[in-house]
Amino acid sequence: MIYLDNAATTFKKPINVIEAINHALTSYGNSGRGAYRAALDSGRMVYETREKISRFFGSGDPSKVIFTSNATESLNIVLFGLFGSGDHVISTVTEHNSVLRPLYKLEKTKHIGIDFIGIDESGKLKYDEFEKHIKENTKAIIVNHVSNVSGEISDIEYIGKIAKKNNLYFIADVSQSAGNIKIDMNKTGIDILCFTGHKGLFGPGGTGGIVINSDILIDTFKVGGSGVQSFNKEQPDEYPTRLEAGTLNIMGIAGLGAGIDFINEVGITNIHKKEMYLLKRLYKGIKDIKGIKFYTDCSEFEKEPEFIRHGSILPLNIDGIHSGDLADYLGEDYDIAIRAGAHCAPLMHKAFGTVDEGIARFSFSYFNTEEEIDAVIKAIKEIVEE
Amino acid sequence: MREKSWKYIVTFQTTTAAMAFESLCAKENVPGRLIPVPKELSSGCGLAWCVPFESADLIDNLIKKENPLYDKASKVWH
Repeated sequence: MIYLDNAATTFKKPINVIEAINHALTSYGNSGRGAYRAALDSGRMVYETREKISRFFGSGDPSKVIFTSNATESLNIVLFGLFGSGDHVISTVTEHNSVLRPLYKLEKTKHIGIDFIGIDESGKLKYDEFEKHIKENTKAIIVNHVSNVSGEISDIEYIGKIAKKNNLYFIADVSQSAGNIKIDMNKTGIDILCFTGHKGLFGPGGTGGIVINSDILIDTFKVGGSGVQSFNKEQPDEYPTRLEAGTLNIMGIAGLGAGIDFINEVGITNIHKKEMYLLKRLYKGIKDIKGIKFYTDCSEFEKEPEFIRHGSILPLNIDGIHSGDLADYLGEDYDIAIRAGAHCAPLMHKAFGTVDEGIARFSFSYFNTEEEIDAVIKAIKEIVEE
Repeated sequence: MREKSWKYIVTFQTTTAAMAFESLCAKENVPGRLIPVPKELSSGCGLAWCVPFESADLIDNLIKKENPLYDKASKVWH
């Protein structure tokens, strides 16, 4: 199989990730539930992984790394834990349903106000709109770092400055950028970062987290066993226990930590460069096909790979072939895996006018090869010529 | 029965704080180990850092220098 659906999940994991999960399964007890070797080793691994994540995202405090099951859970915890009646937030049309649905629910149940920043034809945010929407009751800006549809990167340094200037929380969804693009919370002013572990970070499914880089107190969303303060009727106030009731996903966290080790060893710049090389190779190989349309700013792909500022996603449609059919032909006849249709980002499809046809999304990993890309180019050309 | 002696014991509100303290002690070559919180103490976390009382100064100096998260540091017959 040629796997180009890495924006959904990275299929091939580094060998050290597999080994770390295996080691956790055979060696670790429950973190924070005992003082014997297996429990302490488990707790040590969990703490070391918090440290790795804190360093990886440029935040200062490992105790403010909260483990969750994915970015959707992270975003739900943050959004429902922060906003209530009378609040207003600013978000963007590039958001995934993991942001949109919590916001719509808060709009319906808590009557919060929401304004969405639009995009231009190539998928770039209309940055001049941010400050125009700030109101007296605006509490936060919530932004997707890289669109899971277009692959366009949001200028989080610019948005961070606006948030800071106006005393707003800056919440970033880095599901599509973590592991592919360097993120520094201190430099960009991100207060809360929500990530998933199973995409660019190469962790297993069921891993994700929240990184908090400020004094914000997020309300608890679940309460229960914590291994600490057992006679306290309430969930402990302190992070990370405040948001981590119940047994942690020890095996998943071990794999996630190993994924970050792999990225640090290869170098995130080298990972990005290789993915951009592959993306550019595919783009160049198919861009002249009659009727092909790309939903991103393709001028970026004229640059050398190390200078391309883009997520590892190439979104396209070809006249006369529905995106779902293209994915089906590639999968069935060539064993090439891509994602088609709508991508859980309804406002993006409305903005691009692709509600009916969807978009064919090719997304890349460090483990893809030139040969694979050349085979995909050949397959697409054959399908078009049929 | 194991023989008891004077110990210096640090308690914590969370497992994460206990793990961070252990990591800090390893980095700074400060002795001790994590144990279940003794019955003489009650604290938030099920883990505590324990050293012979003779090493109490090393713990106090570390706390003063690095300002780690902890609950209490106590002399305990344990």
